[in-house]
Formats: sequence, structure tokens, C-alpha cells
Amino acid sequence: MERQTSIETSAANGSLIRCSGDWTADTAGSLERELAGLGLPGAGPVQLDLAGIGRLDTVGAWLLSNLRHRLGGKADFIGGTEQHRRLLDRIGDTELQRVAPPPKPNFFVYPFDLLGRMVIGGAQDIFQANVVQGRLISAFARTATFQASLRFPSFVSQFEQIVLRAIPIVALISLVVGAIITQQTILQLRAFGAVIFVVDLAAILMFREIGVLLAAIMVAGRSGSAITAEIGSMRMREEFDALQVMGVDPYQALLLPRVLALVVGLPLLAFVGAMAGLVGAAIVSLVYGDIPFDIFIGRLQDAMTVRSVVVGMIKAPFMAFLVGLIACIEGLKVEGSAESLGRRTTSSVVKSIFVVIVADGLFAVFFAAIGF
Amino acid sequence: MAETTSPPVLSVHDLKVEIGGRKIINGMSFEAHRGEILGLIGPSGSGKSVTMRAIVRLLPSTGEIRILGRNYAELDREERVATQRNWGILFQQGALFSSLSVLENIEFPMREHLHLSSALRRDIARIKLDLVGLPAKAAQLYPSELSGGMIKRAALARALALDPQILFLDEPTAGLDPIGAGKFDELIVTLRDTLDLTVLMVTHDLDSLATACDRIVALADGKLLLAGTMAEMRASTHPWLRDYFHGPRAHGLEG
Repeated sequence: MERQTSIETSAANGSLIRCSGDWTADTAGSLERELAGLGLPGAGPVQLDLAGIGRLDTVGAWLLSNLRHRLGGKADFIGGTEQHRRLLDRIGDTELQRVAPPPKPNFFVYPFDLLGRMVIGGAQDIFQANVVQGRLISAFARTATFQASLRFPSFVSQFEQIVLRAIPIVALISLVVGAIITQQTILQLRAFGAVIFVVDLAAILMFREIGVLLAAIMVAGRSGSAITAEIGSMRMREEFDALQVMGVDPYQALLLPRVLALVVGLPLLAFVGAMAGLVGAAIVSLVYGDIPFDIFIGRLQDAMTVRSVVVGMIKAPFMAFLVGLIACIEGLKVEGSAESLGRRTTSSVVKSIFVVIVADGLFAVFFAAIGF
Repeated sequence: MAETTSPPVLSVHDLKVEIGGRKIINGMSFEAHRGEILGLIGPSGSGKSVTMRAIVRLLPSTGEIRILGRNYAELDREERVATQRNWGILFQQGALFSSLSVLENIEFPMREHLHLSSALRRDIARIKLDLVGLPAKAAQLYPSELSGGMIKRAALARALALDPQILFLDEPTAGLDPIGAGKFDELIVTLRDTLDLTVLMVTHDLDSLATACDRIVALADGKLLLAGTMAEMRASTHPWLRDYFHGPRAHGLEG
């Protein structure tokens, strides 16, 4: 790279720094290095000759102003076009105020700072959950007592999105999981010559636990994320505020139909899932356990009780409500940026799945305790 | 400001844009000369924004678009990137990256296209911030924390990050109060003078047209209605232009 500055010193007129070539963003890298290594002339007046400069942009102008500043501001610009001088004047006037970035917490304090924030955040989450839950329930109460109309079209379209369209995937997953569990069970029970009891196990497990749990997890991933993203982007674009100032309760108009569709829909999905799981179990029983379909069904009539079905159906609406609640809370927490929308959606799915599994465990303990 | 001897910085010839089988722009031609601020006006839905988006190749179009004397369609990949570096665009809503701070937003194009040391890049970004008249403390803020006027200014600073020769502005003063809008017009003229810019501005703001624009291009139904100075516009007998420039909101232009 050719040098773009040269220094001429004469006793009479002091020093002259001659600048040449293009002083633009493209040449800035090499110019920066060159200027850093430039030995500055000592005492005496200094002039900066701009006549040789081709193109000049803000980056070049800033470098020139910096050079002049380094010379103690006593250097004069000579030569150069009117356009260049105008730019230099404007850039030279710029006083860069450095704003200190916000102070970083002390290295030792940082973990505690983080822990404190997490605790406070958790407490706020619980508070917020209660607020949203309360408003949802009051919206539901107003609908149930005919003080406010249920938004039926919205409910139906949400029901289609959340429930009907989820049937194939929920059924498929339950079928496969039912098949896998049955296959493993048959392999174990064969040692005891009790293969036929696989039907009992499949029936109870599918209806009490697996059907509802798989459906809830699928819905949390499929619809929980969708609800969070919808509500979040509505908040970002002030649609939420628009509803509020029109005197329409957004909880009534937006959140309730979604949560209601979940609560009504999840038991149905869980039932479909459990049935599909039984189909998977029946197929695997035939292939691995040599249990024909008619024997399977005959045994099923003995093994399955209404109680197993009821247990699953009782759990489903609670899990659906938890998924809906978390999806709404996270959606309402979305702030301005696209990044925050992504973070909230992720956290909605993770939290709902976690909560659904914990709730399932609590239900198991509860039903065992009351002997149901 | 227009130097008729030099080739136009931007020339559009017989531009046609079709979206979903509907002809939005149907044979438009105009030129912008170096150092000129060109206003693009027309009724809502006449295709002003579409024209701008077609010029910067966000929409497919037919016809010839020459930027700095070169036909964009004939350029290879690298030359296209070089051309893109030569234009800066201010979108209507600012289109600042919401996950980056204002300073990071301005640094972003420089980080992508230039090889500058980080200290220099930061200084240049601060200069751009100062050029558009934003206070230094705005640098650390995020787009969601900015007011409407500040978003426009920050977005303008980002559009100027690479020292473009052409600046496209999509309704720069929409949503600003009259004082803020007036200052924005002044800012654009000042920037044009210091940075030697050519500006194409889509606008509805009569005051912007009067104070900032050197020439005006009027569009209607996807066709060029008239291109000329403010005086020529006001002298036109076309009904829409007469309503536009002599309507109740145009009284500020009288006398």
C-alpha cells in the first residue's frame, strides 16, 4: 500500500503534512495504521495539505480531524475542495461525548446479584400468574353468568387450531409410545408366563397417565407457543392496548377463547391419544405376544374400569388450564424487541411442559392417597 | 443544485412493477441528479413506496434502473454489493434492529462491510449520531425506548453509516410534529450539503416539499404525472395536482 501522508519540513515555514489519495472508509484501515506510526513534527507551525486528496468521506474526515487534534489543534488545513472543507468543518465541530456504559456488577457480587434477580423474578412470576388467573376466571365468570358474551367464532376457530388439527400428531405419537411400552412389557412378562396382563397395563397406563401426559406436552409445544407468540406480537403492535381503550377486555376477547378451547379440548385429545395408544398396544400384542384381537378386547373389558378413564379426564382440564395460563403470562411479558418475543415463546413451552409433568406427579400422589 | 452536465445519479426508465398480477407501476421514467433532493408525491396507493422498493430491488421489476450510471440488472454479485453500499434507506417505521442498541444499529452496516478498528467504528457511529442531531446518551438506548422522532433520526444515522451517495427516505416526516418535521427537513438539507448526497424522498408533507425538495415527481395510477419544480407543480392544471397544491392545507405555501 502506498503511503498517503508525507512530511516536509522547512526551516522557514515549519512543517507541511501532505495528504494524498482517497480518504474513505475503504482505505481507513491502512490509513489508521499509517497515522498511528506517523512521527509528528516537533515545534513550529504545521500545515495539512489536502490538495492531493481524491475522495473524502466522514471516516476520512474524522481521521484528518483526529490528526489535527493530535497536532494540538494548531495545524491549519490548506488546499482541498470546498466540499471537503465543508465536511471537515462539520466533522471537526463534533464533540464526542463518551457515555460510560452502565457499570458491570462486581465479579464477586455478580452471582448473588443474579440469584437475587431470579428470586425476585420468581416471586413476580407467581404474583403475575395470580393476576392473570384471576382476570381469566373473572372473565369466565362473566361469560358463564351471561354478563358478557362468549366469543363463539373465536372459540371455534381456536378449537380447530388447538384441538382438531392436533389430533393426527397426538394420535400418531400415542400409538407409537403405546406400541413401545407394550413391546417392552411383553418381553419382561414373558419370563413369568403372564403375557396376557400386558392388556391391563396398557389400558391403565394409557388412560390414567400416558394419554393425557402426551397430549398435554404436545399441546404445550404446539399451541402454548402459538398463543404466546400471538399475544406477544399483539402487544408489540399495540393491538392489546387498542382493545383496552375501546372498552373491550382483552382477557375476555383474546385470552378466554384460547384458554377455554384448551380446557375443553385437551380431555378430548387425551381420550383420542389413549385410544390410539391402545391400538398400538393391540398391534404389538398380536405381533410379539401372540394375543389375537378378540382375546385382547375380551381381557380389556375386564381390565378397564370407568375409574381409569375418569382419572385421566379429570387431570386433563387442569393441565390445559396450566398450559394456557403460562402461555398467556409469557405472551403478556413480551416487550418491544423481536428477541424478547423469541425468549418468551421458548420460556412458555419449557415452563408449561415442566409444570404439566409436575402436576401429573402431584395428581398421582393425590389419587393414590384418596385411593381412587 | 442540479448539474445538467454530469450523468444522473439515479435514472429510472420505463419502470414496470407487477404484484400478484396487478400492475402497480406502469411505465415510469425519471432522473435524479447529483446533489438534488427529489420529492416523490402521489395519492395514497399510487405506488410511491413501491417505486422506491423497486429501485432498491426489494421488488422485482422490469425496465432500466441506473444507479450512479450503472444498470443494476447487469452487475455481478460483488458489484451489486458495492452498489448497495452506495445507497442508504430510511424505512417508514425506521426498521431499526430491535435487539441492538442505537449505537450497535449504526455500527452494524460498518461491521458487515468495512474493515475498521472497533474504536474507529465506534467513533464514526458517534459522529453519525451527532450528524443527525441525537444526543450522545441516546447511543445506549434500545429502539423500543425511543420516541418516534428519535427512531427516525437513529434510522437515518444507520442509513448514513456507510457514507452513501444516494439516500432513499420513505415518508421521513410522517408522524412527527410540525416542529420536529421542520427540523428533519433542515437536517436533510444540511446533510445533503455536507455529505454531497442525492436524496429521493417519498412524502405527503407539503412543507417538506416546499422547503427541502429541489424538484418534485408526481405519480398517479402507476404513471408519471409531472416532474418539475414547485412552481411548475403549482402552475399545473391537472385536477389532482391543483387540489394538492391549492387545497386548504396548502395555504402555507401561498405568497
